[in-house]
Amino acid sequence: MIGITGFGAYVPRLRLTRQQIADGQPGGARGKTIAGERAICNWDEDAITLAVEAARDCLQERNCLTGITLASTTAPFADRQNAGIVAAALDLDEDLQSMDVGGAQRAGTTALITALRSGCEGGERLVVASEHRVTRAGAPHEVRFGDGAAALSIGATDVIAELRAAETRTVDFVDHFRAADAAQDYYWEERWIRDEGVMKIVPPVVEAALAQADMAAGDIDHVILPSPVPGVGARLAAQLEFQEAALAETFDKTIGDTGAAHPLLRLAAVLSRARAGEKILLAAFGQGTDVLILETTAAIGTRQPRLGVTGALAQRRPISDYAKYLSFAGLIDRELGMRAEGDNKTALTQLYRRRDLILGLVGGECEKCGTRQLPRSRYCVNPKCNALDTQKPFAFADVPARVLTWSADHLSFTPDPPSYYGLIAFEGGGRMFANFAEVDAGAVDVGSVMRMAFRVKEHDRKRNFRRYFWKAVPDGGSQGKEQ
Amino acid sequence: MARGIKDKVVILGMGCSKFGERWDCDAEDLMVEAYSECIADAGIATAQIDAAWLATAKEELHSGKGGLPLSFALRLPNIPVTRVENFCASGSEALRGAAYAVASGACDIALALGVEKLKDTGYGGLPEASRGVLNMMWWANYSAPGAFAQLASAYRVKHGIDTDELKRAMAHVSVKSHENGALNEKAHLRNRITEERVINANMIAEPLGVFDCCGVSDGAACAIVTTPEIAKSLGKTDLVSIKAMQLSVSNGTESGFSDWDGSHFHTARIASRRAYEEAGVSDPRRQISLAEVHDCFSITELVTMEDLFLSEEGKAWRDVLDGFYDADGGLPCQIDGGLKCFGHPIGASGLRMIYEMYLQLHGRAGARQVKDPSLGLTHNLGGAPHQNVCSVAIVGHLLGPGY
Repeated sequence: MIGITGFGAYVPRLRLTRQQIADGQPGGARGKTIAGERAICNWDEDAITLAVEAARDCLQERNCLTGITLASTTAPFADRQNAGIVAAALDLDEDLQSMDVGGAQRAGTTALITALRSGCEGGERLVVASEHRVTRAGAPHEVRFGDGAAALSIGATDVIAELRAAETRTVDFVDHFRAADAAQDYYWEERWIRDEGVMKIVPPVVEAALAQADMAAGDIDHVILPSPVPGVGARLAAQLEFQEAALAETFDKTIGDTGAAHPLLRLAAVLSRARAGEKILLAAFGQGTDVLILETTAAIGTRQPRLGVTGALAQRRPISDYAKYLSFAGLIDRELGMRAEGDNKTALTQLYRRRDLILGLVGGECEKCGTRQLPRSRYCVNPKCNALDTQKPFAFADVPARVLTWSADHLSFTPDPPSYYGLIAFEGGGRMFANFAEVDAGAVDVGSVMRMAFRVKEHDRKRNFRRYFWKAVPDGGSQGKEQ
Repeated sequence: MARGIKDKVVILGMGCSKFGERWDCDAEDLMVEAYSECIADAGIATAQIDAAWLATAKEELHSGKGGLPLSFALRLPNIPVTRVENFCASGSEALRGAAYAVASGACDIALALGVEKLKDTGYGGLPEASRGVLNMMWWANYSAPGAFAQLASAYRVKHGIDTDELKRAMAHVSVKSHENGALNEKAHLRNRITEERVINANMIAEPLGVFDCCGVSDGAACAIVTTPEIAKSLGKTDLVSIKAMQLSVSNGTESGFSDWDGSHFHTARIASRRAYEEAGVSDPRRQISLAEVHDCFSITELVTMEDLFLSEEGKAWRDVLDGFYDADGGLPCQIDGGLKCFGHPIGASGLRMIYEMYLQLHGRAGARQVKDPSLGLTHNLGGAPHQNVCSVAIVGHLLGPGY
């Protein structure tokens, strides 16, 4: 039977507190202490880079993927397949079926239902949901939204959770919208969304799903309900008579609502602690509703993500202030200086020729002398070998590296100065002069252990293009330095 | 090794423009300024030059990618003019082209001129490159100070040097160069500085502060070379000859293979060994009288003294603090002020270094003249520590002392 075979998640490391947001508004926090925070993308993260990290968190050697779906309402490209970029970054075989799904807050659950029902001939399908949620500065949703991603692999063998029921309703209920050419949402009154939307549209679909699975609300061990308006998730749970102990963690004050990714991210958190034979109800709201009921199998627990939601949360880094967030999110028109004026036009011909290097961090391994090298070149870099055309592709993305040399550069342009970079040496051979990301002052020195991460390298503001590449980030947050 | 060109080529004349923020000058003005001094010094007519080499690295700034700018600026009589560029070692490359032409017999008299007009960008530092090509897609986004600052991290850890102690040694490198530059009217920066000021200056790329970085300037320098026989026939005596010119270029081993630890320049060790062999130098610390090295950053100069085998490995910082490379030390380094005070107009620097050696060997260096130098070494480096081109040249009196 088709079901979920693996799961993973990613939460960007940076956190913006509700206090920082409140203090940054014209009215200020009025002396109040406000608890809670949201996850925010660093300047070089977006829905694609978050998706790549979530997918890496989920995928293991044994996955044989034949398809990938990226669900997002904030994917950076309207016409260049975002899922294709994720696939290339994951160095997936190009014999792959891929698609983007978007358009509503239930894009993640819709992609999941579709994958679970599609059959998985010859391999598995990866469903990734990812959001980079930016509102206008000071918008009510700024404190409630969060950035994050989740990934689920769907297949027929080693299933850890089976689909027991799925119900969907499509209703053009416009609680909010974002026009194709707009950067931000427009919202209607919350009381109307709660009373006329969520509380009327969701319950009958949940009941239909329970009936389809031949279950009662009390049978459900983990309940994941949408809460597009504060408190409405709890109100739904009460009305539907779910057990209070079954209500899954909302992460509303640690990550924020990650939109289309949120039900899947919460599901990933549930799966990491669920036991065999437990029932999970998952619902999403957005111009209708999706409801799924899953039941874990005896194989649950055999499959854990690399870090999961809990591990990702532990890598938390506070952002220093609200103004910096506004700058990263593109909400203020900052002076960047002349050094940022350089033309970042990408030669698309070049990008395509070396897409395995640029997107997949694939180098070479010499079949004659075994030397690993980046980039893959015609002549082997080993001076004792220098053989011609002997290198087979070798993927460096998941190979740990150590810092050989570094500096913190206050001169060259970066949206987050200083710019850390240096020469790193991969375990087992291969070197790279790499940009670093997520570095706190004093956290990196010669010998620090780094892990590669797919990030935005350049923004070409003239042509609205963004170029991706891999950067070295301190492994395990900023605590990667070898003792 | 090939026989080399030791004493086959002599310098007939040299010239050097004032280096600095030459807001009033085009590249043409800088070329003419350096050339006017050079041709007068050589005592020949332009028509006697058989071929010319132009070094300029940043074509965006007035000069174009071929030989035309030099031919136009000097109204050369339709002779061969070749533009060369090899990163920051471009000036040395122009001289190598001219010297080889003379040594081979293809030319009797050849001109090498390096020029760079850097101060038309609107900001300090080198012009930003366009980022459309493959390297820019996978290399770290780096600046020159950030790239060379990498040396300090590896050197400090490898030799177990305290961060503050290394910073102080680096500071002394700059203080010493400013002492020398203050005496040189062609230098861009002529102020004296203190170690304290260097150490407390604004950070550019950790651990390099602003005074650990060389200036950014406009400038030009040039040389006219010929054979010893022709020079003598022109009535020249007391000739300065080229003893060695070597170039070593990275092939990706440092940045892509193993065993290089980031604390030194792999190429500089190769180029200097070859140069000493070509020149017949067996004990460089004793035999070399003066060194002009590529002090783009204080840490570059510091580790280079080891790569040139002038200081023992891991000991250069002590030599620096002991004053060994000061004007009154055992081996004065950057006696003209170096890149630190001249700035670094890319194409010109290598020739500017040779110019100072030429003046010193002829006893024409004025207030900064060193007593009876016999061999002068120049080291001109382009790129970054992990991938670079490194030129080492040695000049001295033709058939003179020093061996």
